[in-house]
Order: sequence, then structure tokens, then C-alpha cells
Amino acid sequence: MAEPTEAGPVRLRRSPLAHLEERMRAATVTGARGVTLTEWPFITMVNLRVDPASEAADRIEKTLGAPLPRQCGHTTASGPHTVVWLGPDEWLVLSQAEGTAVATELKEALGGDPGSVVDVSANRTTLELSGPAARQVLEKGCPLDLHPRAFGPGQAVSTTVGPVAVLLWQVDGAPTYRLLPRSSFADYLARWLIDAMSEYRGPEVP
Amino acid sequence: MLLISCPWCGPRDETEYHYGGQAHVPYPENPANLTDEQWAEYVFYRDNPKGPFAERWMHSTGCRRWFNVLRDTATHEVLASYRLSEPRPGGNR
Repeated sequence: MAEPTEAGPVRLRRSPLAHLEERMRAATVTGARGVTLTEWPFITMVNLRVDPASEAADRIEKTLGAPLPRQCGHTTASGPHTVVWLGPDEWLVLSQAEGTAVATELKEALGGDPGSVVDVSANRTTLELSGPAARQVLEKGCPLDLHPRAFGPGQAVSTTVGPVAVLLWQVDGAPTYRLLPRSSFADYLARWLIDAMSEYRGPEVP
Repeated sequence: MLLISCPWCGPRDETEYHYGGQAHVPYPENPANLTDEQWAEYVFYRDNPKGPFAERWMHSTGCRRWFNVLRDTATHEVLASYRLSEPRPGGNR
């Protein structure tokens, strides 16, 4: 019974930004002030809550192959998984692997101990903002200090961009940022970013 | 705009937080024994000092944890922020 229902939704699913794909591509800016915006839909996300000092946490760390980050902003990675700190006892596991498989694996590791493992892949979508001007685009609406001395590759924090709450994750020094807004806010955020990117087409106004 | 330091996430803008009213208001030990007046005082009556005031805040767009902040109501200066398990810095009023 599980097979046909599983094949159906996966084939039929539609990303929250499918309708803006063209506009995001058209908004691409090249050159020294270049910046691109793309969506990475359907990344597996599993919300994990467990006491970090418990044995269950150790078992989960073994399953993931990476320690759970213990500090705000930190991430750890192993194979297809990246673990992002959300709170002192809460993490988001981002993964290239299939959602149900990751959730099942983690649930088994948690066993009967206090905590929770929930597949929240549909909760957020992922926007990737990359290019030399990416930081300037974000700085128009993000209250956080994104200067390399304060925020760098491998760091991820929950904050706001414009009025939208996002999980902001810097993946490399290009710089490339991944923004994870809730799906229903993704349309607004993508339009906000397209608008913010438009000025970098022209020459810099001193 | 206040710059509030979350005990877990560090300094963030006030817009990332939600306000939760006066801190250190203990739930009555035997609510059933209270008179209507005492219950009303517990539910509705809060201090309104000019000066340092301990209040609850929640880092709603960050780690979603409640914590306490000691804020000067006259100058808006944030004097301290501390976890719920910690006592008010400088003792009670």
C-alpha cells in the first residue's frame, strides 16, 4: 500500500518557487558585481530534538557520522548530511538522502528516549544566493553582521532577511549563501531578493 | 531599537524577539485556595518601576528560547540577560 502513494506525491510535488524559476534566472547579474539566485527544491530536512548530554545524542551522532553542533552558528557535515544548530537542544538535519530514510534512521537511533525526530522537508525551501555582490544584497535587509570577520563559510543562523524569518547558511567564500525560508514566505523572499539584486546590473553609484 | 543579547545566540536586534512581560512572577502554590482578588492580582497586576525591571523575552526568530532581561525602563538600557534557571543579577529589587 505504501508504494503507490509514495510514488505519486514525489512525482507530483511542486516546489514553492517553481513559478519564479524564469524570473530568478533572468535576474542573474554577471561580472565583478555579479550575483545569482537559484532554488534548490526538495532538500531533505529533519528536525531533531534531544538532550545533547544524553546517550541518545551519542547514538544519533554515530548514526549521522558527525557531532551535533553545540553552539549557535555552528554546523557539522558528514557525507550527505549537514547538521545545523537551531537551539540548545534542537537541530535541523539537511540531507541529500531521501527524507523517510533519514528520519527512520534517526528515529531508530533515538529509540524510546525523550526527544523527537520529524521530517519537515516540506516546511522550508532553499534559495541559493551567490556571487561577489551576494553579501551586499543580503545586507540590505539582514540585521546580522555578515562581514567575514563575524560570519563565514560553514556558519548558519536563524535570523531575518527583510521581514522574513530565514535560516541563513553560508556555504563558501564566493560568497554563497543558502536561505531557508518557510515555504509560504518563499515567494515574497524570492521577489524581495530579485528586486534587491537589480541594482548590481548597472555601474556602482559612488 | 534595543540590542538584546540572547544567552544562547548573542546580541541580536529587538525585532528578532517577543516580549513576555514581567519576570519572576511565581505561579500560586495552591491556586484553588486564592480569593478572586488574589487571583486577579496574580493574573493582572504587574510592577511598573522607573529603573531596572526584570522581564521575559523570547528569541522567536532565533533559538526560540525564553530568557530574562534586566532593562532600565527609563533609559532603555539593557543591563543584563540571563537564563531562566539563573537568579536575577544583583538580587531582587
